[in-house]
Amino acid sequence: MAMTYLEAVRETLRQEMRRDARIIIYGEDVGVRGGVFRATEGLQEEFGEDRVMDSPLAESAIIGTAIGAAINGLRPVPEIQFADFIFPAVNQIVQEAARIRYRSNGTFGVPMVIRAPYGGGIHGALYHSQCIEAFFAHVPGLKVVMPATPYDVKGLLASSIEDEDPVLFLEHKGAYRSIRGEVPDERYLIPLGEAEVKREGTDLSIISWGMTVNSSLKAAENLAKEGVSVEVLDLRTIRPLDTEAILTTARKTGKVLVVHEDNLTGGFGGEVSALIAEHALFDLDAPIRRLAGPDVPAMPYAPSLEHAFLVTPEKIEAAARELAEF
Amino acid sequence: MAKAKGKAAAQKHRDGGLATEQLHEMYYHMAMARALDERCWVMNRGGQAPFVISGQGHEAAQVGAAMAFDPSQDFLCPYYRDLGVVLAFGVTAREVMCGLLARANDPSSGGRQMPSHWGHAGRRIITGSSPVATQILHAAGVALAARIRGEDTVAAAFFGEGSSNQGDFHEGLNFASVHRLPVVFVCENNGYAISVPLSKQMAISSVAARAAGYGIPGVEVDGLDPLAVYQATQAAVARARRGEGPTLLDVKVVRLTSHSSDDDQRSYRTAEDLAAERAQDPIPRFRAWMESQGIWDAQQEKSLAARIKGEVEDATEFALASPVPDAATLLDHVYAP
Repeated sequence: MAMTYLEAVRETLRQEMRRDARIIIYGEDVGVRGGVFRATEGLQEEFGEDRVMDSPLAESAIIGTAIGAAINGLRPVPEIQFADFIFPAVNQIVQEAARIRYRSNGTFGVPMVIRAPYGGGIHGALYHSQCIEAFFAHVPGLKVVMPATPYDVKGLLASSIEDEDPVLFLEHKGAYRSIRGEVPDERYLIPLGEAEVKREGTDLSIISWGMTVNSSLKAAENLAKEGVSVEVLDLRTIRPLDTEAILTTARKTGKVLVVHEDNLTGGFGGEVSALIAEHALFDLDAPIRRLAGPDVPAMPYAPSLEHAFLVTPEKIEAAARELAEF
Repeated sequence: MAKAKGKAAAQKHRDGGLATEQLHEMYYHMAMARALDERCWVMNRGGQAPFVISGQGHEAAQVGAAMAFDPSQDFLCPYYRDLGVVLAFGVTAREVMCGLLARANDPSSGGRQMPSHWGHAGRRIITGSSPVATQILHAAGVALAARIRGEDTVAAAFFGEGSSNQGDFHEGLNFASVHRLPVVFVCENNGYAISVPLSKQMAISSVAARAAGYGIPGVEVDGLDPLAVYQATQAAVARARRGEGPTLLDVKVVRLTSHSSDDDQRSYRTAEDLAAERAQDPIPRFRAWMESQGIWDAQQEKSLAARIKGEVEDATEFALASPVPDAATLLDHVYAP
C-alpha cells in the first residue's frame, strides 16, 4: 500500500516488534507522545512501557544503556530526537558501540539501531537541520544507513534490526511527510551495502544518498525533457559502501555528479570521488563534480538563508546540465 | 583465650555471612592480586611489558565488593584497576599475564587493548575502554535488559572517584534510579585522579553525597576493611535483587603505586603522605586481623605465599610461551562474520 516515509518507519517498527520480543525502543518523548515526529505513535500502547520507554533527556545515557541492554540479549532501537543532538553520545557510539566487537576480539557485540532524523528544509535552523553522516561514516565498526524512499525504509530498517552490529539509521525529516511510495505489507529485507540504480541513464550519473536522491530524480526527470539522459544511483548505505555500483555507473556514463546535503569539505562525496578517481579515472569523460551544502557551520533559520543553503532539484539540474555539456 | 577469639570471629563472620574458608579465599584473592601486580611491575621495569596500571591498595575494597556478587548470574563492568575484582570473578593468573603481554589468548581482547582493560565473555565481565565512566551506562543497560527479561541479575559498575565527575556517571545514576534498576555502583575512592587530588576534583568531600541527587542511598565504606566492604556491597546487592534500585558505594582506599607505569607520584605527593598510605596497606592489616581472631597463623601464611609464588611463576611462564597475535588477524572482528 502507499504510505509516507514516516509511516514506513512506524509500520516497520511495529512489524519487527511483533516478530521479535527482544526489540525495545526508547528515547526522549517516544512513549506517550509517540515521538516528536510521531514515528513511534501507538507503539507504547501496543507493546507496553517496558518495550517503548521514555528516557531522561541525556543522549549519552540513551546510547550507553542501549549498549548494555544489547550485550545482555536485547535488540535496542534507541531514538535520538534530532541528529543534531547526537554529539553528547559520540563517545558511546564511536569509542564503545563501534569498537566493542573489535576490542573484545569478537567475544562481545552490540546489535543496536540508532534512529536519528537528519537534514534540513523544515525551518529547523542550526540545531535541527544537520547532516551528520560524514562524522560517522569514518568509523569502522559502525554501519550508516540513509534511505530515500518508503520502500527502502522498510527493507533497510528490518535489515538493520537483524544486524549483529551497531547501525546508525538516518531518516530525513523533509522526507517524513513529503515522500510517499508503495510499501508491501509482507516483511522483506534489503541487504546493507547494496546500492540501487533508481533511474537508468546514459549521459551522466548522479550518485547520492538519503533525501537528495529524491531531488536528483526530479532533476533527472526535467533533464530528460531536454534530451539529457541521467542515471541516478542511490547508495542507500554509505557504510558498508557498494563500491562496485559506484564504479559501474561511473564507467557506464563517464560523467559523475556526486550530490549531498551535508557541507562540501570532508563530506562523504569526497570518498565517492576518490574511489572513482582511483579505480575508474580513464573511463571518465569529464572531471568528477560535487554538489553539496556550503561550508557554513550549519543551516540558518531565515527562509531566504535556508533556501540558499539547500541542495534543491534546481541546483542539481543546473549542475547536471553543465556536466552533460562538458 | 584462643578459643574466645575464635568464637568472636565466628560471630563476626556470621554478621557478614562468611565462613572461615571464605575469609581465606578473600585473603587469597587480595594477596594474589598484589603478587601478580608486583610481577607486572617487575616485567615492566625489565622491558618485557610496556604498560602497567595497578590496583595496589584497592585489594580489600575490590575483593570484598566482588565477593558479594554472584559470578554465575551477575554482570561485571570493571575499570582498569580492578585486578582483585576480576580474580574474584574467576579470571585466572595465566589470563592476566597473557593480557599483560598482549598474547593471542588474552581473554579480554586477544592482545588488542592495553593491559587491565578487562573483559571476559565466559566470566560475565563486559569489555571496557580507557575513557572513564562509560561502563557505568553499560551496567545500567545490562540491568535494564535483565529486568525486562525477568532475570535475577545484578549489574556491578566499578570506577574511581575521578570518574564521578564525568557526565556518564551522572547520566548512569540518574537513568538507573529513575527505572529502579538492579545496579550497584562501586566507587574506589583513592583520592587522586592521576595527579589531581579530591579537593580539586569536587567541592564535596564525599562521593557518596552525590547519591542524594538521584534519590538513592550513598554509603561511605572503609575500603581498607574487606569485611566492611563485603557487608556494604551485600546490602546493596540485596536491595537491587529486591527491586528497590541502585546504590552508590563510596569506598575509601589508598593508592600505593603511581597512576601507571608512565607516572611518578613522587612528583605531586609528599613523602609523608606516601609513607602514611603505605602504613595503611590493607593486606597486612587483614592478615593481622585474621591472626588476632585465631583463624590464620604463620604456617598458613608461609604456605599461601609459596602457593601464590608458584602460581605467579606459572602464569608468567605460560604467558611468555603463548603466541603473539598473528598480524593477519589485524582486520578481524570489525563486524560480525
